[in-house]
Amino acid sequence: MTDKEAASVSVTKANSLRGGPDERGRFGIFGGRFVAETLMPLVLDLDKAYKDAKADPAFQAQIDYMQRDYVGRESPLYFAERLTEHLREKSAASGGEGGAKIYFKRDELNHTGSHKINNCLGQILLAMRMGKTRIIAETGAGQHGVATATVCARFGLPCVVYMGTTDIERQKPNVFRMKLLGAEVIPVTSGTGTLKDAMNEALRDWVTNVENTYYLIGTVAGPHPYPAMVRDFQSIIGEETKRQMLEREGRLPDSVVACIGGGSNAMGLFHPFLDDPSVKIYGVEAAGKGIETGEHCASLKGGSPGVLHGNRTYLLQDEDGQIKDGHSISAGLDYPGIGPEHSWLHETGRAEYVSATDREALDAFQLCSRLEGIIPALEPAHALAFVTKLAPTLPKDHLMVMNLCGRGDKDVFAVADHLGVTL
Amino acid sequence: MTTRLEKRFAQLNAQGRAAFVTFITAGDPDFDTTLGLLNGLPGAGADVIELGMPFTDPMADGPSIQASSQRALRNGASMKKTLDLVRRFRESDNDTPIVLMGYYNPIYHMGVETFLGRAIEAGVDGLIVVDLPPEEDDELCVPAMKAGLNFIRLATPTTDDKRLPAVLANTSGFVYYVSITGITGSASPQARNVEAAVKRIKGHTGLPVAVGFGIKTPEQAAEIARAADGAVVGSAIVDAIAKEIGTDGRVTPGAVERVLEFVGKLATGVHAARKAAAE
Repeated sequence: MTDKEAASVSVTKANSLRGGPDERGRFGIFGGRFVAETLMPLVLDLDKAYKDAKADPAFQAQIDYMQRDYVGRESPLYFAERLTEHLREKSAASGGEGGAKIYFKRDELNHTGSHKINNCLGQILLAMRMGKTRIIAETGAGQHGVATATVCARFGLPCVVYMGTTDIERQKPNVFRMKLLGAEVIPVTSGTGTLKDAMNEALRDWVTNVENTYYLIGTVAGPHPYPAMVRDFQSIIGEETKRQMLEREGRLPDSVVACIGGGSNAMGLFHPFLDDPSVKIYGVEAAGKGIETGEHCASLKGGSPGVLHGNRTYLLQDEDGQIKDGHSISAGLDYPGIGPEHSWLHETGRAEYVSATDREALDAFQLCSRLEGIIPALEPAHALAFVTKLAPTLPKDHLMVMNLCGRGDKDVFAVADHLGVTL
Repeated sequence: MTTRLEKRFAQLNAQGRAAFVTFITAGDPDFDTTLGLLNGLPGAGADVIELGMPFTDPMADGPSIQASSQRALRNGASMKKTLDLVRRFRESDNDTPIVLMGYYNPIYHMGVETFLGRAIEAGVDGLIVVDLPPEEDDELCVPAMKAGLNFIRLATPTTDDKRLPAVLANTSGFVYYVSITGITGSASPQARNVEAAVKRIKGHTGLPVAVGFGIKTPEQAAEIARAADGAVVGSAIVDAIAKEIGTDGRVTPGAVERVLEFVGKLATGVHAARKAAAE
């Protein structure tokens, strides 16, 4: 390597947006380790164990094998032809000549029906490396709970899933699925009985059962190293997308779009593209009944920085620093916080965060079902709602990738209810 | 500078007895009940008062204290009112140390400097902030110490000898040993384990060690008081308050007196412990 090359390498590294977090788990001011002393030694152990595992080729080989033969990766990058045509017609109808070329990253085709399994696989292999014998998890939509119950069944570990009573009601199929897989589902009645309350209860369990228990967090939030670790396990989404797009189109996409609750599918898609400035990055939060109504889950658009569940990040909170309950039609997005790396990407401006309402998501849900023969989960339906707005304003040679991170089987009953259909 | 906390522990040490540390949640179930309790606690035998700052998501607390936070918030509790309670208490008591206990977000949201200024002005002596481990000391612990407040750290059974020095480094006032791994108000501590743990901590610090989490009866309080410099009772007192709340969410007449009577029994247990041991 010449001096000039060496210099350029180090410059690239110094300017990389992919180097975070720092040793304290911070992305700028966000992230950190805001946990009770009882948990702190465990969090430090986990950090060390994860670093060791990451450096061990055997660990990666184990993940690769399971990703291929058990999960069914890689997931296809699919050209959504009829949706693209539809949005081009929409553009033409308003006198335009646009309509971006839309691809779906088909993570809904994974075993268990969403991207959640990518992370669960990595973490359960790590838990076993650490000698843990009991797995706990929180779940909102139930996708993470199902994915956790699945890997626990596969590796023969007992599994306890905390789930809010409101979510249990609106996600019955997933509750039954978890039970079939041998997991114990514990209803959480505190607060509004949603994801945040389930996370509080899981933390209480962990603090009580520190010796043998591994807390398998489902999103890019929580104390360091969770946000970075979950992101790493999900980054396979973006890495595959990059490779597939280069093969298909010979170049990088112009934009990538994903929905955000905690933000793990989004972080997995975004992270490999952070250092490619030509790629625009859009995260879509849940606007619920509309941000102006106060009933939403858009932490970045409608919240402010605070500390909850082990990290500093944008939160929905009142003037006294009390956490507010979110609202979304989608249980998976119904969380008053967001992963700290997203807060950082928001503040630095590398990613742009927008929102879609319940109504818009329901419309996109139906549009996708009819045009592409794919029933999406309500979560990516939010991302799709934004795609239907943005794509018509862009030129036809604009390559857009949306992460179709989950399938909608679980939502069929809830959607029927919202549409006034009795099943 | 000697703080009220340091003075109090020094006095108790000279008298050869352990401190009885009581916890109640500010505004549970309303402002006036808490003020009545605060004013009566020293007379009932409380040596140090921990006042809980209500938070919507008390992740390290069990059902009793979670419910007390929710009751208080439903009835309009806020950081401002918590500090008002301390200010009102100080009008008649300038000796009993008050430690605010809670979670970081409401403090962070107010702004650390603003909070510290208002807390000192109100007459607060120390802080226990559950979700601020030593790794995050520059957030609040160091600024609080500089401002003259004690920052009391929790040590737990998972805090091993390697980690203890880091945990104790910026601790002042006293060390709060959490006697079990778990949430507040759950399993009761084993006196023998507590004795060993207190000895272990004392090998690393000259600070007094108070023990809490799971103490429910005067007998248990006495047992802990024999092994440590202080016994902390929280959930049991909060439960006694909860029992006084009617279906309308209001406390029944005479509630404050009855709760203080229960506190008095616990206090007798703590205060008699060392004497009994010495005889």
